[in-house]
Amino acid sequence: MIQQPGVLALLAASALVAAFLALAAGFGLRILRRWDLRSGSDLQLALERETYLVSTLVAFALAAEVVSLFLFVFTADGLHGRFAGAMCAAGTLNAAPGGYATLLLKVADCLLAGVWLVLNHADTRGYDYPLIRVKYALLLVLAPLVWVEAFLAFRYFTGLKAEVITSCCGSLFSQGQGGLAGDLAAWPERTAMAVLAAVLAALFVAGGVFLRTRRGAYAFGLLSGLAFLAGAGSLVSFVSVYIYELPTHHCPFCFIQAEYGHVGYLLYGTLLGGGIAGLGTGALTPFRHRASLAAALPALQRRLVLAALLCFGLFALVVAYRVGTSSLRLGP
Amino acid sequence: MPGTLRRTLSILDFALASLLRRKGRNAALLAVYTLVVFVTASLVFFTQAVKREAHQVLADAPGLVVQRTLAGRQDLVPLAWADWVRGLRGVRSVRPRWWGYYYDGAFGANFTVQASEEAALPAGSARIGAGAARILRVKEGDLITLRGHDNLPLLLTVQGILSSDSELVASDLLLLPKEDFQTLFGLPPDQATDLAVDVANPRELPTLAAKIAERYPEARPILHSEILRTYDAIFDWRGGLLVAVLMIAVLCFAIFAWDRAAGLSAEERREIGILKSIGWETSDVLLLKLLEGLAVSLTAFLTGCVLAYGHVFLFSAPLFEGALKGWSVLYPRYRLVPVVDGYQLSLLFLLAVVPYTAATLIPGWRAATVDPDAAMRS
Amino acid sequence: MIEVANVTKTYHAGRPNAYTAVDGVSLAVERGKLTVLKGPSGSGKTTLLSLVGCMARPSSGRIHLRGVRTAGLPVPEADGALEITSLPERFLTEIRRATFGFIFQHFNLIKGVSTLENVMLPAYPLGGDPAALRRRAGELLERFGLSRHAREPIDRLSGGEMQRVAIARALVNDPAVIIADEPTAHLDSHLSEAFMALMGTFKEGGRTLLIASHDPLVYDSPLVDATHELRDGRLCAKAPA
Repeated sequence: MIQQPGVLALLAASALVAAFLALAAGFGLRILRRWDLRSGSDLQLALERETYLVSTLVAFALAAEVVSLFLFVFTADGLHGRFAGAMCAAGTLNAAPGGYATLLLKVADCLLAGVWLVLNHADTRGYDYPLIRVKYALLLVLAPLVWVEAFLAFRYFTGLKAEVITSCCGSLFSQGQGGLAGDLAAWPERTAMAVLAAVLAALFVAGGVFLRTRRGAYAFGLLSGLAFLAGAGSLVSFVSVYIYELPTHHCPFCFIQAEYGHVGYLLYGTLLGGGIAGLGTGALTPFRHRASLAAALPALQRRLVLAALLCFGLFALVVAYRVGTSSLRLGP
Repeated sequence: MPGTLRRTLSILDFALASLLRRKGRNAALLAVYTLVVFVTASLVFFTQAVKREAHQVLADAPGLVVQRTLAGRQDLVPLAWADWVRGLRGVRSVRPRWWGYYYDGAFGANFTVQASEEAALPAGSARIGAGAARILRVKEGDLITLRGHDNLPLLLTVQGILSSDSELVASDLLLLPKEDFQTLFGLPPDQATDLAVDVANPRELPTLAAKIAERYPEARPILHSEILRTYDAIFDWRGGLLVAVLMIAVLCFAIFAWDRAAGLSAEERREIGILKSIGWETSDVLLLKLLEGLAVSLTAFLTGCVLAYGHVFLFSAPLFEGALKGWSVLYPRYRLVPVVDGYQLSLLFLLAVVPYTAATLIPGWRAATVDPDAAMRS
Repeated sequence: MIEVANVTKTYHAGRPNAYTAVDGVSLAVERGKLTVLKGPSGSGKTTLLSLVGCMARPSSGRIHLRGVRTAGLPVPEADGALEITSLPERFLTEIRRATFGFIFQHFNLIKGVSTLENVMLPAYPLGGDPAALRRRAGELLERFGLSRHAREPIDRLSGGEMQRVAIARALVNDPAVIIADEPTAHLDSHLSEAFMALMGTFKEGGRTLLIASHDPLVYDSPLVDATHELRDGRLCAKAPA
């Protein structure tokens, strides 16, 4: 294993988050089994106190995961020199099994934790804890995912051995390669742009429909998920190319760095924010008929839809700007 | 939305005021926290900056260096090899290099000596690095005496001292003209210490190295990238060791923070009880505790980082030199280029702020979930 | 306005130190009237006050409120009563903040904090306009003759002054009900009478008052509309007003 400060910090953080979520899951199980709102017993009061702890733990886990997501990419980038053929983070992630899996799972955990917090917020607006079972059932899905992520991270980092010949992002994300990365890169730019534009347009239409008529929340949630995937995919397939002004450079990690104006933070931040807000809207929809939520839910969903549209809108603007002002001009 | 913002600001106001009301108790925590951040940040800034420095300095190094081994140890390279390598496709130039180590008993210092073929360096003169000049206590125009391989003294005039920009790699360097180098070490005339090879396309390097190794089995081709990788590995490994040790310190700090947060004074407990009795909800008190923690974390983080910045980039990290630079009589004196990036900041955040927040999370919740009527009952 | 139906509150249930503070109490607090709870210390008055004032949940029994603002709350039952027994803490606290003003026996003011800020504290979590809050608090301080102490920490005030600050604080959210726990315990007769006169003005202003006291100056006052006597957590026969 490569004993680097970043690696040690990441492993420690993964372990901490996994431990906290194990604690939260433990409380969640207890709450699921013994919850009885009508009772005034000491146990019920203790359980209601514990709900605060669980939400605090999940919020903490989300914050830690977002920071460690960035650190993960930075560390991988910093280590690329150790592996023959690796030019940036993408190469490092390929140097041992589980690199990409850890990254993708981290992103999924961030999304899921964010949606959980949205559900939790809605639950507190209802006078009878309307979403309590849903919440803690979801927690019992989130916690194992985080444990698996910690395990994968551990396996990946201990499996990293320097001097392994790996593929650099140039060949990993190049047209000729098989695999998802290569396929994404191989899409003709025009098609990829059209797909992204179509998904975003559909999203905005669905958002407008919802804001006006309060219908179509499921569609909005679904489209948000699609927009997240389309956005991430488009970063690989054409946005990266325009940012680097290099037709063969498709790496989605390099543009977080200073030389490209840290635009990566903005792009990934808006994607993540929009994804959470949009998916959260969809997740709340099955419960809109619960009596205790009737007052608060519409306003909450409205705010979420606006937030999602803002994030994805900002994403679209930044992409359009970078593509439009890039010196690169691609042929048809 | 504005309501939420106003609520947060009001509670923040109260949080800051309550921190200041208990200056004494919080001062100790803040001091330790700042110290932890300072030490961690110094370490991180230093290792990153030195690595970057090494990369920059080595940027001009040759893409491939060919050495020769005899019985596993480095031996001299025949010049005939240079001719053969020159003939390989893709090779732009092959430069034989002459260099070695010279130990001076009088000063207890090990110098790196390199032969220079520049016309600007006439026979009988030398250019020396800043560290060497300091040890030998000479300046431009002075004479230095070396003992040649025939045990006769070799007098050289110091023509110039290498600029401080190159201190990191050239501090202990003595640049001699070729003839004086020969007098000093007495190498056979048809051999050199190693060969510096430059190629047109860096991607060809591994292939070339393989070809050379195949033709001359006792050759040891060293790639530029391998040198960089080794430097990185050493610094990372040393840095990693220190971080591993630091984590124990961070753990102790976290336990201290937890103890401090869990052991609220009677006064603090009373205050929270009062707040809950007059209408603050558990989430309001949790927000209060969170903002208190954030205020402390932010202060410690900023102060620690600023102090570390000064420590590393203004004073060259006197506290770490021993551990990270190896032991030697010739410490290069250099100013590191300040570089702070997202990697370092997120690393510091994970190493300092996250453990503190984690340690105070559960005690904070315990304090916040006190019954509202507890204040009435007491 | 407030109906308490067969409430029991047991602390540390199931453990050796289990203690039933209130046992099967049912009573009603009428709107606009002054109700007194009397009884020796340890009789459960304070616990009953906290139950009525939405500060604690009963171990069993039901509590209903009428005339309470109901944004986001369940639809009241046919007679307009809202059952608050099983509400989550968040809602209970919201109701409490808006409906009840507490005056505690030991004043419960925060040391080291100024008088003005002590009065403003209950409204911090509401996120309202800070300038308006400051004005309201300043007016209250003026009404009770405490304006000159506005910026001083409350540590320097006398007992009577501290109680007036506590009263001002109880009024900052303009509550419909004022609850006082042994308000005259630290006051001499003169101040006690002044306190009862003040309660009279509140009653005239339409507020409902609930006072727990074993001071005859309080429970024998002509302002009192209803008295309930508690002993060992249970109600004794209702005394005539």
